[in-house]
Amino acid sequence: MVPINTPTRGATHNLGPVGQLPPGEGRLFEIGPDAHLVAVFRTRAGAVYATQAQCPHRGGPLSDGTTGGTILVCPLHGCRFDLATGGGPLDDDCEALKTFPINANAAGELILTL
Amino acid sequence: MASRERLVVIGNGMAGARFVEEVVARGGSDRFEITVFGEEPYGNYNRILLSSVLAKTHDPEDTFLNPVSWYEQHGISLRVGVRAGWIDRQARHVLAPGGVVVPYDRLVIATGSTPFVPPLDGVYTEDGAFKEGVFAFRTLADCDGIIQRSSRSRTAAVIGGGLLGLEAARGLMALGMEVHLVHLMADLMETQLDPTGAAILRSTLERMGLHIHLERATTGIRGAEAVEGLSFSDGSTLDCDLVVISAGIRPNTDLARQAGLAVQRGIVVHDDLSCRNSEDIYAIGECIQHRGVTYGLVAPVWNQARVLADRMASGSQAIYTGSRVSTKLKVMGVDLAVMGEKEAASDTDEVITYVEPVSGVYKKLVVRDGRLVGAIVMGDGDAVPAVVQAFDRGALLPERRADLLFAMDGQSGGADVADLPDDAQICNCNGVSKGRIVAAVKQGARTMSAVCDATRAGTGCGSCKPQVQSLLELASDGQVAEDPSIHYYVPGVPLPKADLVRAVREWGLRGVSAVFNALADGKEDATSKPGLASLLKTIWGSEYEDERDARFINDRVHANIQKDGTFSVVPRIFGGVTTPDQLRRIADVADKHDVPMIKITGGQRIDLLGIPKEKLPAVWTDLGMASGHAYTKAFRTCKTCVGTDFCRYGLGDSTGLGITIEKRFQGIEAPHKIKVATAGCPRNCSEATTKDLGAVAIDGGRWEVYVGGAAGSRVRKGDVLCVVDSHDEVLMYMGRFTQYYREHARYQERTCGFVERIGVQTLRQVLVEDSEGICAQLDAEIERAVEAYVDPWEEAQRPDHPTQFAGALAADEK
Repeated sequence: MVPINTPTRGATHNLGPVGQLPPGEGRLFEIGPDAHLVAVFRTRAGAVYATQAQCPHRGGPLSDGTTGGTILVCPLHGCRFDLATGGGPLDDDCEALKTFPINANAAGELILTL
Repeated sequence: MASRERLVVIGNGMAGARFVEEVVARGGSDRFEITVFGEEPYGNYNRILLSSVLAKTHDPEDTFLNPVSWYEQHGISLRVGVRAGWIDRQARHVLAPGGVVVPYDRLVIATGSTPFVPPLDGVYTEDGAFKEGVFAFRTLADCDGIIQRSSRSRTAAVIGGGLLGLEAARGLMALGMEVHLVHLMADLMETQLDPTGAAILRSTLERMGLHIHLERATTGIRGAEAVEGLSFSDGSTLDCDLVVISAGIRPNTDLARQAGLAVQRGIVVHDDLSCRNSEDIYAIGECIQHRGVTYGLVAPVWNQARVLADRMASGSQAIYTGSRVSTKLKVMGVDLAVMGEKEAASDTDEVITYVEPVSGVYKKLVVRDGRLVGAIVMGDGDAVPAVVQAFDRGALLPERRADLLFAMDGQSGGADVADLPDDAQICNCNGVSKGRIVAAVKQGARTMSAVCDATRAGTGCGSCKPQVQSLLELASDGQVAEDPSIHYYVPGVPLPKADLVRAVREWGLRGVSAVFNALADGKEDATSKPGLASLLKTIWGSEYEDERDARFINDRVHANIQKDGTFSVVPRIFGGVTTPDQLRRIADVADKHDVPMIKITGGQRIDLLGIPKEKLPAVWTDLGMASGHAYTKAFRTCKTCVGTDFCRYGLGDSTGLGITIEKRFQGIEAPHKIKVATAGCPRNCSEATTKDLGAVAIDGGRWEVYVGGAAGSRVRKGDVLCVVDSHDEVLMYMGRFTQYYREHARYQERTCGFVERIGVQTLRQVLVEDSEGICAQLDAEIERAVEAYVDPWEEAQRPDHPTQFAGALAADEK
């Protein structure tokens, strides 16, 4: 897998239309010239969240996880995180996720701040 | 802000201290100003461990539950070494010696019980203390005295052959003494054991060196200054220099009686645990009498503490309705579990017993209306967890009662966890140690699901669950909370499968979101989604409203996710019979796409591993083969042997049958994966007897149809559902079973567990003899599922969503 590089802080990025994400699913995005990877989620309620791409437990691809409300479950070993609390872990042996501010603009495009 | 209510608790033992803990845990320190009276000069300690203190396997410090500092931390005024002397109900004061006056708004009496000392000659000295060498067995001070005395003594006698007496005897033997147990009755532990069980326990204990004297009435303790022996009603005597009196307990009711509260054998309480004729005084623990029953075990006492704390601190309307008591103990190393009734109450009760007198094994089940109402399990710790669980849950027992009496193959070890060191690995999938599981329980996880959630133990293959359950029971001192979610089909929708199916049909719920909205207050639960999706697809077929986010990633991209986030691709090769053309195509694809590994699978297929998600459609297209479904909870593969085509032993065309089976049932979703095999003779080279479904050819052109086999984390030989004469019949019964399994199994319940739960007798009646008249319908339903089958790899050409197979999407394209 592509290693996570250090992103440039404070820069905003247009990820394109929110419709790239089906409701309740996540997708992986490659940001900037250094190909920083970010997992982006769209809940069924319409909220969007962005987190680090890999699970802190054993590197699982979080964008392939299952969501329920704001809870994200890693596809590899079932580690759970709450996107609403900034990626707080629900299992006692996992760290919190790094999260990034993300919003949809008036044109329905996802704007991510690293 | 309103001033805090004054809550006074008399008694700091197992009941009083636990109650205070429960109140504090509910934030009660903000609402109540709490005062606790404790007669003994410590914080509280775990009395259950006293025999271990005596046996020197535990230090006294190990038994302390909350140190004095804990009380300070929570602003609780603890008066240790103070015996509350009087309750003034008019003034609402508790008075104690030394002019102590503590006012209360609510008062909880938890005065516990005192050892009963029978009226014997020579027990006491002139000043009213026990004669030197005579002890009760109730407090840390008693233990300390016994240990001190034992260094100067050789022979000990225990008066009383109940549970506590045996525990004391165990401790004394561990101290290296010659120990005599004297019991008035004809049977040891006669309250818990039946005569057979008592006799077996007796001979086991005698083999260990304990001297047991039954039907012996002690009349006196001999010796002028110190103990020299016992004398009995028949004129005989026994020389000894240490005596432990363990003749039962009596509730401490003096304080309540003086206060004018209703007292019979214990302090009489209502279901809300309030004392009769009093609105502000409550009582819990061994001192109470509830619905005519007094309790001397810790589990009911803690249950009462919880109920009262719920009512007082959380304002709940919980009531105490009495306890079904199951006790697990080690009597001198002998595993013993007793619960409920020990004898049949009527002719219709069913009693099952199993006895191995020489090895000290005795098991007895008392069954009423198919449910366990009592049991004794002695000498086989492995069998204990399942029996206790069946008793606690009151669930219908398996058809073969023996399944309950004997731990299933490969599931042993459940009871041995107590002896393991803390760093022993329990969950071999997730690497979870005993220490971590115990810590999680101590931190408040009191159900299996809570423990598994917190530690992830048991969330892999699940084969360690019996051990996790044992640790939960051990670490919570038997105080396991009822977990209603075990009865649910999925954790996030509070309904058992049958009720869920009914609601889904009645309300026309065709999608997962619709189910959450209608049946779970709109609260989505991630872990419940795949199970619901599977069920809805089974119920609605083509009318199912497919919400892709409800699927696990494997089912969104029709491939099996690997540890590095790549996927494995297994094309369909019916019956494992391939052709040069197929092999050439697979080799070409592997070359073209630089496939890192090509592996022959256990199911006789070829697995291309390490395919990135974005390459899946191209790989499928280049293969030109259908999905082999090696990633989903569905019909997987049918393994075959070469049968009659080439094998010189083959009795039936297993290859042809296997290909037909696989073509018919490929990809049909089910609560869990279904692995299938056909064998051309009973040599079973394709391992058909340990598959979910199997067909084995036998002489005479016939086929045995097996169901419920397993060879994964659990190994189980399948049961023969029926023996048939043709391929068509094999297909019919496999289809019928599959549909029944689809409709009735819990999510993620493999066929082995399902067949055991339903019972193969019942399955034969329903699926072969058509006892419920549903066979035609089952056949029609499975036919509908077969017809609805579409190869999911067609989504290579027609993706469900433009980014379905996207790898990383690019930003800043504009």
